[in-house]
Amino acid sequence: MRFQLTMEQRALRTAVRGVIGRGPSAGRWGPAAQFPAPLEGGDARPRLDRALWRALGELGFFSLRLSEADGGAGLGLPEAALAFEEAGRALVRGPLVATHLAAGEVPGAATGEVVVAAADGRLVEWLAEADVVRRGAEGAVPLRSVDPLTPLHRVPAPAPADPVAGLLTAAEQLGTATRVCELAVQHARTREQFGQPIGAFQAVKHLCAQMLVRAEVARAAVYAAAVTADRTDIAAARLLADEAAVRGARDCLQVHGGMGFTWESEVHLHLKRAWVRAQRGGGVTESEELLAADLVA
Amino acid sequence: MDLSYTPEEEEFRARLREWLGKVLPTLPPKPSPDDWPARRTYDLGWQRMLYDAGYADVHWDASPTVRLIFLEETEKAGAPYVGANFVGLLHAGPTIAAEGTPEQRERWLPPMLRGEEVWCQGFSEPDAGSDLAALRTRARRDGDDYVVSGSKIWTSHAEVADWCELLVRTGPAAPKHRGISWLAMPMSLPGITVRPLRTLAGSAEFAEVFLDEVRVPVANRVGDENDGWRVTMVTLSFERGTAFVGEVVACRRVLGELAAEARRRDCWDDPVLRRRLGRLNAEFRGLWRLIQWNVSEAEGGSGVPGVGGSVFKLRYSHARQELYDVAADVLGEDALDLDRPWVPDRLSSLAYTIAAGTSQIQQNIVAERILGLPKGR
Repeated sequence: MRFQLTMEQRALRTAVRGVIGRGPSAGRWGPAAQFPAPLEGGDARPRLDRALWRALGELGFFSLRLSEADGGAGLGLPEAALAFEEAGRALVRGPLVATHLAAGEVPGAATGEVVVAAADGRLVEWLAEADVVRRGAEGAVPLRSVDPLTPLHRVPAPAPADPVAGLLTAAEQLGTATRVCELAVQHARTREQFGQPIGAFQAVKHLCAQMLVRAEVARAAVYAAAVTADRTDIAAARLLADEAAVRGARDCLQVHGGMGFTWESEVHLHLKRAWVRAQRGGGVTESEELLAADLVA
Repeated sequence: MDLSYTPEEEEFRARLREWLGKVLPTLPPKPSPDDWPARRTYDLGWQRMLYDAGYADVHWDASPTVRLIFLEETEKAGAPYVGANFVGLLHAGPTIAAEGTPEQRERWLPPMLRGEEVWCQGFSEPDAGSDLAALRTRARRDGDDYVVSGSKIWTSHAEVADWCELLVRTGPAAPKHRGISWLAMPMSLPGITVRPLRTLAGSAEFAEVFLDEVRVPVANRVGDENDGWRVTMVTLSFERGTAFVGEVVACRRVLGELAAEARRRDCWDDPVLRRRLGRLNAEFRGLWRLIQWNVSEAEGGSGVPGVGGSVFKLRYSHARQELYDVAADVLGEDALDLDRPWVPDRLSSLAYTIAAGTSQIQQNIVAERILGLPKGR
């Protein structure tokens, strides 16, 4: 048994990280310029980064699971999970899951020329900005999204949950869980109070340790679900990754203190995105019920 | 990422299953938990059967994956746990194998494997728990002997042990980590008094050991004088490795039984309880995957799981306690009846966040050694 990343998988992860890191918005989560605060008025709606989208398309982010004959890389869910983990980690904007699932079915989706939105649970992300809108978006009504980087529409009837979408969502949450742990640790090592880094205090140290524990349990569950593609494994991965991302982002905010509560800090964007993803596919309730049913099957 | 086993590993599993199916029905009935001599005989007898079948050294020489398969299959088949062989096979044995002289290995290892001698562990002291290096049991050199005085605590199997892996202070003037030595002490020596300690679960699981001028031969020291802390760390890295494989398998079985019991008692209709059980299913599935991840990591590297074991233990000890708390909710007032299944397990689960490094110490280890946060209090 070799349940570890292969050399090729490590290389793929590095390649995805490289493309995302070169994007025009890379490393700039800054304040008003890019993401105006609601109180500042004006058009607060986020825009898609079309150049990054095309770059991801060229890399094979959307097509990697298509066969080589269909213009893909013939890779599997584990590779897709690694790519989505990187996207989640870097807060990449846009309907990544819907476009990935549309590759091979909607012309242009695979190459990143066409952006595809679709209903997931009771919500549609990026409906107005997408080029193509798939299933379940009838009767969609916009809402004022809590996440400034994800415009949302509500739909009257919930879309049926797609296990692959669930897995890719879990992978994005894993990326968030990892990133917020890094951010918290960086801050705890450099921020000094009482004459020492706050990370030397056990109360802070233990928050960080628990963030890592949740992320590592989620990692094992997400990667295993990507290998088995089993519905129950995916539901477990969703629950563990949602928890690792949401609670991790909350703890990261706590470690950042007052700065964590500001608009210009990056932390709230991770928390809000994790909240948005946790609603996909029926949310926590559906996964818990599926796992409960598995116990008496 | 691959979760499949090699043909050789699958063959090992098939042979083991076949053997377990043959021998388990021939085992004598399990002794009462309070009958220590009977437990010793039973546990040593099982080890002897493993030895005769060629499985005795699976904890030492097998690959991490084969060890995982062994622990998974023996638990699933309901085979006995290592029991009284625990310290020998999982602590003292690996330490002697790594740090002992050829003569020491020859003297102590074969009887462990054959199920002939029981070891216990004399590490913790009343004033040295989480701060183990603060231990004060004194060993004074006198000719070819150390003369040892002090007291040890939480010593499992002390009443029936032949040997004790003992940490003593040989360098009182040195910094606390540099004045410790590791000794193998025969439990038959004059000056040793064992006083059983009753746990909150009501059983005499471990003991206090009082040492009054006990003469231990210098030849029984493993490693150099005052180098015992480093020697001990070899042992502790084994302690936090694959030790919990069987238990996670058992927890997943209990979880299924718990769901069946909830259905019998009509509390399955309670969505709060049902969803807690669902969440626990995710929890133990995740922990199983983390074991497979850690084992694969060990397979590719040194073969000794490192601080990743702390990550696992933190989550597992909490999950095990949650499991039996949910069991209590399923049982209702029956959770107060010690004769009900799961009630004694609920009590013993309370040790998990304390034994072998408290959750607080484990969080320090994760924060300092994995995340690189500064040491401090």
